[in-house]
Amino acid sequence: MSAATDTLDKIREQIATHPIILYMKGSPQAPQCGFSAQTVQCLMQCGERFAYVDVLSNPEIRATLPSYADWPTFPQLYVSGELIGGCDIITEMHQAGELEPLVKDAAKTVVATDD
Amino acid sequence: MATVQERIEDKLAAVFAPEHLEVVNESGSHNVPPGSQTHFKVVIVSERFAGERLLGRHRAVNGALADELAGPVHALAVHTYTAVEWQKRFGDAPMSPPCRGGDGGRRL
Repeated sequence: MSAATDTLDKIREQIATHPIILYMKGSPQAPQCGFSAQTVQCLMQCGERFAYVDVLSNPEIRATLPSYADWPTFPQLYVSGELIGGCDIITEMHQAGELEPLVKDAAKTVVATDD
Repeated sequence: MATVQERIEDKLAAVFAPEHLEVVNESGSHNVPPGSQTHFKVVIVSERFAGERLLGRHRAVNGALADELAGPVHALAVHTYTAVEWQKRFGDAPMSPPCRGGDGGRRL
């Protein structure tokens, strides 16, 4: 299996197994990019746990995800397996009160899918 | 030769026939050399966005600028509105967040 296929499989598995997952630059505690920082702020205010992947320390994911997702930049937020958007979309949804219900709904599925 | 900013303006104008188009070079606020053309913000008001979700709108913008995003453009803040949405905001688009260092403009 090629390295690229491995990376794609890894991405698919991450998105499938984490109902809320953020691909970002840096970590939620130490974001390395203003767009990632602002997205984390919006997400944290929803009050649910979320997974994250630091694409700066995972260059193969940084190289592969944009074409897979048809989304050229980071951060990228996935909820229930679906790309929601980047910083501008997440911020706009947060300000419109649309992000929290979406995230809360997805968080409920964690309990439902646990053994 | 046209600047990156001019190319972005021309392409967006051609694709979206916008009522309002603003392309701002925000590179100076980021961790890249002076005079860079890497970080941009676009504000587009167009009826082409009517009935389209944000994800679809942003994909359309990213698609129109695919060459620039694959080349010199490292960050693109996108704010899309229909005329009615733009009026409700009184013509005010959000500020871009401050830089946090990034990786000094290195590419993949």
